[in-house]
Amino acid sequence: MIPELGHYALVLALVLALVQMTVPAWGARTGDTALMSVGRSTAMAQFVFVALSFAALTWCYLVSDFSLVNVAANSHSAKPLIYKFTGVWGNHEGSMLLWVLILALCGALVAAFSANLPPTLRAYVLAVQASIAAAFYLFILFTSNPFARIADPPFEGSDLNPILQDLGLAIHPPLLYIGYVGFSISFSFAVAALIEGRIDAAWARWVRPWTLAAWMFLTLGISMGSYWAYYELGWGGWWFWDPVENASLMPWIIGTALLHSAIVMEKRDALKVWTVLLAILTFSLSLLGAFLVRSGVLTSVHTFAADPSRGVFILAILVFFIGGALALYAWRAPALRPGGIFAPISREGALVLNNLLLTTACATVFVGTLYPLALEAITGEKISVGAPFFNATFGPLMIPVLIAMTFGPLLAWKRGDLYGAAQRLMVAFGIAVLGIATAFAFQGGGPILAPFAVGLAVFAMVGAITDIAERVGLFRVPMNAILARARGLPRASWGTAVAHFGVGMVLLGVVGETQWGAERIVSLKPGDTVSVRHYDLTYEGMTPQTGPNFREFKVRLTVRRGGRVIGTMTPSKRVFAARQTTTSEAALLTRGVSQLYASVGETDADGSTVLRLYHKPLVLLIWLGTLVMVLGGGLSLSDRRLRIGAPKPARDRAVPQTQAAE
Amino acid sequence: MSLVLRALRSALLMVAVIAPLFVALAPAYAVQPDEVLPDPALEQRARALSQNLRCMVCQNQSIDDSDAPLARDLRLLVRERLQAGDSDGQVIDFVTARYGEFVLLKPRFGWHTALLWVAPPAVLVIGAVIVLLGFRRRPAVAETPALDAEEKRRLDEMLR
Repeated sequence: MIPELGHYALVLALVLALVQMTVPAWGARTGDTALMSVGRSTAMAQFVFVALSFAALTWCYLVSDFSLVNVAANSHSAKPLIYKFTGVWGNHEGSMLLWVLILALCGALVAAFSANLPPTLRAYVLAVQASIAAAFYLFILFTSNPFARIADPPFEGSDLNPILQDLGLAIHPPLLYIGYVGFSISFSFAVAALIEGRIDAAWARWVRPWTLAAWMFLTLGISMGSYWAYYELGWGGWWFWDPVENASLMPWIIGTALLHSAIVMEKRDALKVWTVLLAILTFSLSLLGAFLVRSGVLTSVHTFAADPSRGVFILAILVFFIGGALALYAWRAPALRPGGIFAPISREGALVLNNLLLTTACATVFVGTLYPLALEAITGEKISVGAPFFNATFGPLMIPVLIAMTFGPLLAWKRGDLYGAAQRLMVAFGIAVLGIATAFAFQGGGPILAPFAVGLAVFAMVGAITDIAERVGLFRVPMNAILARARGLPRASWGTAVAHFGVGMVLLGVVGETQWGAERIVSLKPGDTVSVRHYDLTYEGMTPQTGPNFREFKVRLTVRRGGRVIGTMTPSKRVFAARQTTTSEAALLTRGVSQLYASVGETDADGSTVLRLYHKPLVLLIWLGTLVMVLGGGLSLSDRRLRIGAPKPARDRAVPQTQAAE
Repeated sequence: MSLVLRALRSALLMVAVIAPLFVALAPAYAVQPDEVLPDPALEQRARALSQNLRCMVCQNQSIDDSDAPLARDLRLLVRERLQAGDSDGQVIDFVTARYGEFVLLKPRFGWHTALLWVAPPAVLVIGAVIVLLGFRRRPAVAETPALDAEEKRRLDEMLR
């Protein structure tokens, strides 16, 4: 009964979406406010029904209702409660339901927080949002119904893939999806603006908070996924340039570009046409990611051809929305008047450069991901494009990005003073040189480029806080004056500084991990000691244990440094009976921002066990840096002008225009 | 067993795609202690080469990361060639001749990969040209004249 209710709720949500697609848009065309306001209630109701549907599926998982195909294939009665819950989206059908749940939530949020939008713009935005939702409801109902029943239910389910039985599954997909789907709002705003043929700085101000929020979630989602892969896969890799990862990286890169060009549009009324294009592209890349991941085209072009029903459906969604939006763009964009003008050397100029570089970076990932598929489909020739390609092409592009990022905020709007900015960056440059020297001294005869990369990271970090340091009068005025000034600075300025600082941190972590890491692959017997860098690890022994739905072999390692015990590490191997799978649970020992990493391999008959031991210097900075970036985004989001929102046109006229002097 | 593992891994890929970042790999143990060459310099070259060679039966994994038997064979082959005195280039040529270009994770430049290698710089150059033309078309930047000495002095005073 409950699954049928969930199914029915989803159908109702589809009907509501169809209403919301048409009625408010018709109202906006004819100027009928009653029809326009329908969109708000349908958006809210849609969310309620999708939430009911999602709750129904969750219920089936919690009570292990194996009469559902989906639950029987992906759950097990002995599975810990948390994984019964997260297992809801640990499979194709459930994850699509999560996708539409977030989509409906976005629609409801726009409806709830759009009181100050012009009614016609709001009507169009909600209509576009509903059309996306309707397409995905149809996709679920026709090709991926999570509520399908089995005539002859099994007694026990076949369990969730053990790798996914981890807290990572609770965190990573929801964050990532909120990010992906959150960009649908900027997309809807862009399409609505094109339909209306009107776009201005106020539009940018409405769009920016949504974009920023989506970007923050996507950043967190990618970062948490990376950390999950790092500790779960057992060999300490954190980024693999896998097509599935690339699918999430592409919207992130273009989303980052969008975030920055929307600033130009908001502050200076320039780059309008470009910003709208980026808004369309960001969500298009999210859809492309959904297609790549869902259709099976990545596994092989042939898998896709063998069972194309889902793939073709998503491809149709993709073509309709991307093609439609771009056609609309081509038709309408020339009518948008270009706004403020600026010199090449200016903050706008730096942001344009940043956009150019980020777009190129995204194009690199795009081509690298899709080229092998296209080549195989066209000529049948098979080539591989992997990490070495991306390291060679994407990597170098990040150098000018970091430099532009450091200079940009120090340039004035309209026309900047490059020489002046360089002078203000002298301190940052000096500290960077110091960093290079330190790195050389530290590494001895290591990789020659690593210290320069450290220098770039330090330059970016110090450069990021230079503007703030000058504005609060660091080292020039007394402490309480500094604090007072710091509080007075706009949160957006803090956001920029903090987020850019985070980018520098990420680079530092990447350099540390990739250039200075140490690895030992050894076969040890109890009592043996092996040293990794300046740590000595002693293999104390292995003990078998029993978990809720697995057996576990726990290895105990004692870690010493200079003869003193600093901790124990207990990496383990888990054997899951239901799927006959083994997973490796790595052990991490954190020292500052560096980590020791241990995972267990095969055990031989003679009692010796293969251990993979790594020292990963500065590795935590990779994820801490992304958290700092998100914190920066949060600060920017809490800026007064975004909290207050764009003024209504009526109020706009009443209050004399006071342009913020930033 | 290996066949089961491989089948499992492709099944995993289909399942784990829900967690888009999470590449579906069974725990990979890759390089085993018995493979490691006694000469650290040679071993380091072997590892570097391994990272550029694809495990042919895996999803986007280098032989360095993969625990598939075929990857192990390839790792041993690379080490064998290195010990026989081959240069890095010779090893790559040898492996490519035997397994085809599919084995290279960084494809060689050629007619079939021209678009792959040219597209990123082309985007950069074309984008830069468009941006520069945009600036040239509207050079009307100097609509606000620079401050003269007196104005600058007054500004400094205000900002003090």
